[in-house]
Amino acid sequence: MNPLQTFRIALRALQRNKMRSFLTTLGIMIGVAAVIAMVAIGEGAKKRVEDAFSSMGTSLLIVMPGSSQSGGARGGFGSQPTLTWDDLHAIQTELSAVKYAAAVLRTNAQLLADDQNWATTVYGTSGEYFEIRSWRAASGTLLTSSDVEGGAKVVVMGATVVDKLFGPGADPIGRTIRIRNIPFQVVGVLEKKGQSPMGQDYDDAVYIPQTTFASKIQGGLQKYVSGTLYVSAVDAESTARAQRQIESLLRDRHHLSDRDEEDFSVRNLSEIASAQQEGTETLTTLLASIAAVSLLVGGIGIMNIMLVSVTERTREIGIRMAVGAKPRNILAQFLVEALTLSLLGGVIGVGLGILTASQLASRFGWPMLVRPDIVLIAVGFSAAVGVAFGMYPARKASQLDPIEALRFE
Amino acid sequence: MALLELCDVVKTYQMGDVSVRALRGVSLSVEEGEFVAIMGSSGSGKSTLMNIIGCLDKPTSGTYILAGQDISKASRNELAEIRNRTLGFVFQSFNLLSRTSALENVELPMLYAGVPTSERVARAKRALERVGLGQRLDHHPNQLSGGQQQRVAIARALVSEPKVILADEPTGALDSRTSIEVMALFQELHRAGMTLVLVTHEPDIASYASRLVVVRDGQILSDRRQTPVPAVVPPLPPEDIALEAAEARG
Repeated sequence: MNPLQTFRIALRALQRNKMRSFLTTLGIMIGVAAVIAMVAIGEGAKKRVEDAFSSMGTSLLIVMPGSSQSGGARGGFGSQPTLTWDDLHAIQTELSAVKYAAAVLRTNAQLLADDQNWATTVYGTSGEYFEIRSWRAASGTLLTSSDVEGGAKVVVMGATVVDKLFGPGADPIGRTIRIRNIPFQVVGVLEKKGQSPMGQDYDDAVYIPQTTFASKIQGGLQKYVSGTLYVSAVDAESTARAQRQIESLLRDRHHLSDRDEEDFSVRNLSEIASAQQEGTETLTTLLASIAAVSLLVGGIGIMNIMLVSVTERTREIGIRMAVGAKPRNILAQFLVEALTLSLLGGVIGVGLGILTASQLASRFGWPMLVRPDIVLIAVGFSAAVGVAFGMYPARKASQLDPIEALRFE
Repeated sequence: MALLELCDVVKTYQMGDVSVRALRGVSLSVEEGEFVAIMGSSGSGKSTLMNIIGCLDKPTSGTYILAGQDISKASRNELAEIRNRTLGFVFQSFNLLSRTSALENVELPMLYAGVPTSERVARAKRALERVGLGQRLDHHPNQLSGGQQQRVAIARALVSEPKVILADEPTGALDSRTSIEVMALFQELHRAGMTLVLVTHEPDIASYASRLVVVRDGQILSDRRQTPVPAVVPPLPPEDIALEAAEARG
């Protein structure tokens, strides 16, 4: 008896009880669909977090000045300016793993347009900052090096600020706004970037040259940068190397011996990103294991129905044995029946799962990520469930005594 | 050498604490081409004897040799193979697979023998034609009359070209006229050289055989050759012809 014939006999037996076969398959179907949809959702969430971080720049490093200490009270990072403009210049020019570096000075200020006002964050920086964040201009230009060198009174605006001061959709290029009563000409508007993973609105800010910031908005110490440094590595893989280079460069420039504590700190965003990713990974695993339980329940359903089927068909088994079926023929017949049920459920479940995942993805605006390995695992697992839960009923059938089976009413 | 030889066969069943001796030392040998009727009342042990002859069961003690093979030492798989190749069964309750066509029912033993599909179908058709059901290949058992179902069963027994056909009360579920039809078919097979073993409790059915073995209390009471009564089917009264036609249509 070849496998094809066994399969045909199984298929015929399943066709005789269409409703029952369908309901039995439903358990596996829902299980497989759930696994695939859940993993797709988890992957979608992961991708979203990844995208959010890559929009912040995973190759991004933030250098903060050290802490102040006065009479035992330690002031925390940034409380004491230790980073100089020369440090920035050295980072920009001397380090191989560094692509861009920019100073970021910030304060809050009231902005005035013709008939509107708005309080927002004012950043003093240079054109490199936009490169580091990979932010592009929606219209106009971003800060140029001549703006920075000349201390020009120009401003690049975030979209939210444009909305508040000029009304939605207005074109502010060339117009004048006042920051702390000093007139600035609007040269550019940034692309809309939405919220940071922490809920901060990236578009609610304006950017002016760092030199103008220092001279007009917030007079700082001449030599020191009264803010932080943003640095981007040449690529994401070089981030750690860039961090080491910055640390050793600054230790050297600040004349710190091996015993001294650093008077600055370098923060690495990819650490935060990987922690977030781990979180979503855990979520995916959790969802998938809940779905796997439903697959198991589907398997028990198959076993239940196969046991009923063996009892119902005892006489058929007797007839087959009388005309020469060996125990292993009977075993194969019932095992293939269970396997067909579970595999059919698995394949339909894959379709259902992909459909569900794409529906959910379009509803939540997530990227749909159906992992082919999960599809294969789910189908394979459903087949394994069929064999595992079909084995006991099939063995029971094959061990029947032909005389008893023939006598069964 | 006899085709079928039982030597001092004992079969004991354990029913809880009591052991029931269904066969108490049966010795029987059947030559090729014989038509043997085993007769006995219920509880005589004739069914147990039939199960052992049919390789569905093994003797507790004694030996059984079928076509030169010692059955008492065979494994489950070997027994299945012997049933498949050497024996053909006909049962009282037909034992056809329901919701399966006559043709596929007849194909069943060849499926387990590994006969290729085209040969299987051709042989099954030939067997059904031989029992007069060439026109009913696609009928399911519930579309056939009792006599026709039994003929499908006989075709199934014949199709694997067995050495012996075993019939266990083959007429028990049939009316007297259909019974004679089935017996006539058996006699025809006997004339063609087939070995047949028939179990029955009805003396008139046993009279169609050429040898009569009477079993009582698990032992052979008598064993003698006889001149078989020819099975002649009486002509149908006209109203019965209409009835049978209606039955055949189901």
